Amino acid sequence: MAEPLLEVKDLKVSFRTEDGLVRAVDGISFTVDEGEVVGIVGESGSGKSVTMMSVMRLINDPNAIYEGEILYKGRNLMGVSQDAMREVRGEEIAMIFQDPMTSLNPVYTIGWQIEEQLNEHNDLKKGQARRRAMQLLSQVGIPKPEQRIDDYPHQFSGGMRQRVMIALALSCNPDLLIADEPTTALDVTIQAQILELIQNLKSEFGSAVALITHDLGVVADIADRILVMYAGRIVEQGDKEQIFYDPQHPYTWGLLGSIARLDRPKARRLTAIAGQPPSLINRPKGCSFRPRCPQAFDRCRAEDPQLTAKVGEGHLDACHLSVEDKRARRDATINPRLADTA
Amino acid sequence: MAVFEPEAEGIVLDAEETGGDIVGRSPWALAGRRLLRNRLALASLALFALIVAVSFAAPLYAKHVAHTNPFESNISGTITIDGKTVEVIQQGGGKLGLGETPIGPTWRSQYLLGADNQGRDVAARVLYGGRASLEIGIGSAVFASLVALIFALVAGFFGGWADAIISRLMDLIWAFPLYLLAISLATVLLTSPNGLTIGFIHVSPDSLWIPLVIIGFVYVPYIYRPIRGQVLSLREKEFVEAAIAQGASNLRLIFSEVLPNVASTVIVLMPLMIATTILTESALSYLSIGVQAPNASWGTIIQDGQELLYTRPWVAIAPGIMIVLTVLALNILGDGLRDALDPRSKVRVKG
Amino acid sequence: MAAFIIRRLLWMFVVLFAISVLVFLIFFATPGVDPARQMAGRNPSAETIKSIKHEFGLDRPLPVRYGLMMKHMFISRDLISYGSHTRVIPEILSATPVTLSLVFGAAVIWIVFSILTGVGAAVLRGTIFDPFLMILALIGISIPVFWLGEVVNLVTQSRLHDSFLFSWVPPLGYTPLTQDPFMWFKQLLFPWLTLSVLYIGFYARVLRANLIETESEDYIRTARAKGLSERRVLFRHTLRTSMITFVSLFGLDFAVLVGGGALLTEVVFGLPGVGLLTYNSLTSLDLPVIMTTVVYAAFFITLASALVDLLYAWLDPRVRLA
Repeated sequence: MAEPLLEVKDLKVSFRTEDGLVRAVDGISFTVDEGEVVGIVGESGSGKSVTMMSVMRLINDPNAIYEGEILYKGRNLMGVSQDAMREVRGEEIAMIFQDPMTSLNPVYTIGWQIEEQLNEHNDLKKGQARRRAMQLLSQVGIPKPEQRIDDYPHQFSGGMRQRVMIALALSCNPDLLIADEPTTALDVTIQAQILELIQNLKSEFGSAVALITHDLGVVADIADRILVMYAGRIVEQGDKEQIFYDPQHPYTWGLLGSIARLDRPKARRLTAIAGQPPSLINRPKGCSFRPRCPQAFDRCRAEDPQLTAKVGEGHLDACHLSVEDKRARRDATINPRLADTA
Repeated sequence: MAVFEPEAEGIVLDAEETGGDIVGRSPWALAGRRLLRNRLALASLALFALIVAVSFAAPLYAKHVAHTNPFESNISGTITIDGKTVEVIQQGGGKLGLGETPIGPTWRSQYLLGADNQGRDVAARVLYGGRASLEIGIGSAVFASLVALIFALVAGFFGGWADAIISRLMDLIWAFPLYLLAISLATVLLTSPNGLTIGFIHVSPDSLWIPLVIIGFVYVPYIYRPIRGQVLSLREKEFVEAAIAQGASNLRLIFSEVLPNVASTVIVLMPLMIATTILTESALSYLSIGVQAPNASWGTIIQDGQELLYTRPWVAIAPGIMIVLTVLALNILGDGLRDALDPRSKVRVKG
Repeated sequence: MAAFIIRRLLWMFVVLFAISVLVFLIFFATPGVDPARQMAGRNPSAETIKSIKHEFGLDRPLPVRYGLMMKHMFISRDLISYGSHTRVIPEILSATPVTLSLVFGAAVIWIVFSILTGVGAAVLRGTIFDPFLMILALIGISIPVFWLGEVVNLVTQSRLHDSFLFSWVPPLGYTPLTQDPFMWFKQLLFPWLTLSVLYIGFYARVLRANLIETESEDYIRTARAKGLSERRVLFRHTLRTSMITFVSLFGLDFAVLVGGGALLTEVVFGLPGVGLLTYNSLTSLDLPVIMTTVVYAAFFITLASALVDLLYAWLDPRVRLA
């Protein structure tokens, strides 16, 4: 089995604040293989963005504390120098962000910005960078690239800007593309286009993708594997089929129940997950999801569940319920109608 | 297994479950806490308070410590140093030995910093000068803020004609070079030896009100603009719309929704405004068109000291140092207030 | 573009007109103030006042006086000063190079040092240098410029004049550049330094605040994610955006100074520039000179304001193509 492209080992990221130490990421481990698409799903504050920003070492906070290892192609990025990190960024690992409106520098043309990245990592002759930039623009589906290359970011719509960001990210053929909520700020119709674009380009460029989102529906199509994060930890991970057809964690059920699905009988109504995410400063004892979990029982209050594979290889979850119990309760949660007829 | 009904479950998150109390704090309390942590700002506040206290205690100093009347000429006076009687203004100063020189700093309670050309106690005058400078500085800042606030509320809130007219007026005052406007007004209003009579208001020519109002007037547009901008944006905000939906009247809206938010802007601006007005007043007084005799301000004393600069420099230096200390303290305080009220400031946290 | 220029020119004209009228009214129509009496000196007799009024045409109606003054100022260009009885416009023109020398020199110094200080403080954030530099800047804006000038004079002209440090400092005054460049420089050096202290403090703070604010923008994060060097991110991205504010503020301040705003420095250092001329005219109620200097100053300020808007559009494409 080939070495994974990215291996995160027991990563912990905490922030010192006036109110105490905030444990944004509390010991997570996962891998991303070459060419794979991994979806990282969770609500705001689950730690998903912080995790991937730490991979790129883009967190600029003097109050941040890191523990654990982030191995990229075998190298621990946590211990690497700033200069070495700069060579990794943009060239081997690239990132696109949530808000395309503010992610591009307003005073430079998009052509200039793409060329800047190309020139930083490559030794190109005059004109080569510009040609490559135009090529990238047409690859991401921007019409009339020869004209638009000299336009400014504010002259593009949101969806177009995100395409430019993708062009920028892929310009140096990175092996890993991190997409942090790339569609959240866009219209639903554009969302689908962007996701399709990412999928196509992934095949074309051969990059792995780490797609961060709070919406399971977004990863339904393009992800190979999915990690579900809650309160700074991974509560379930598995491949797409496992997560969608045999989810093991009540939080995942909640997420699934809250999206409308065409492949199931119509549910009476969409379920919502009540309550708020827990404080990351003072974790409650036991399972962090317990206060919001309708399936909770005594053991959940006392013992912190570990992330282990119970139902199949590669499919891990952090819940005390037995596999049979889970399956029984799950259908009731996700599909109330089905339960009525049972 | 029953359907999961969120309401039926009635999930109550007690303290133990959420893992401890998250205490909500109002923005003011948060700001207050931040400010208290800023030791430099607190020290500046203390310094400023000290300067104010000392300046307003000027009469006490003059009477009990220096035993002089700093407004009275004392050209032929004498004081006793080490048992010897010394003339306050001595003959034989200057390059040719033909001038008169007041005594220099004695570092005693009388004539601590020496005397000026009129034989007056410089130290006592500096304290009195502080009183005038501070009164005008604080007064004009408050005056400007009040006027600007009223106009900005009217213009921002009611819009339309009121806004158009007031804003054009403010633009005009703003476009007028500040120093020219101040000097013009000061020159004109101070020329009349009988004082100023506008309607039933009569002001004597040496009243501190004249420089106060002039300086306040000149700075009104600088406060008006940001407040009006804020009122305009507040007007569009949801909580105002909500209040309107609840049937609040315009007046109530202004007082309960707009004013508190605008107040914080004014409070943050205040120390900086006062620093600016003190500097402006000192400049006008230095040019002899600010505070008028017999009153003294730090600026006028610097002007007094100009002739004596090379022989008795303390007359000019002392009030300048006071200005620097006061303005510096106000600037630091202003910065501290602004940082305390700005939620984005990245402070390094201990522990 | 042409429309923009025409609109600004019109606005400039309107502002100049409004300001000149305002000044005119302040000096000649403020209730309770009588300029003829002021010009007549102490304890004037009624005849003296009357003759002064007639001599200076002060007994004619306001609009007529205003019109006449404008005519003399712009059309026949032979406006005569009340005080010196010489033509006003040549008087201002001879004062202009003095002010320009002072302001240009100070501007060069303050731009260089404020950028150094502002960028230095932002880059060295977290170390002791940042607060240190900022306190220096704060002190800079807390010192009254005329007092600083006096202290500088005290040291260079008197106290330490005999030491090797300052023995070369000439007496206060101004020598034209064309006449004696070394003297010109020596006489202007300390006025330059004194005038720039205030502005270095102010601009360093503004720049630092802008840099820090821009630092937290998303596009700076993108720039880092692109793998650019810190140096490049600082200069090509953060500084480039922060300079927009810096430049617009600078334009206005510079214009105010050129128009006569450096009068305190000119007074303290004995430089016969436009500021000093303005001040003297104001205090002696020399209305023709007042009017001309006010129009002169207002002209520069409105011109600068228009230029700054143009510059802003050039620097920030969002404004340009909106």
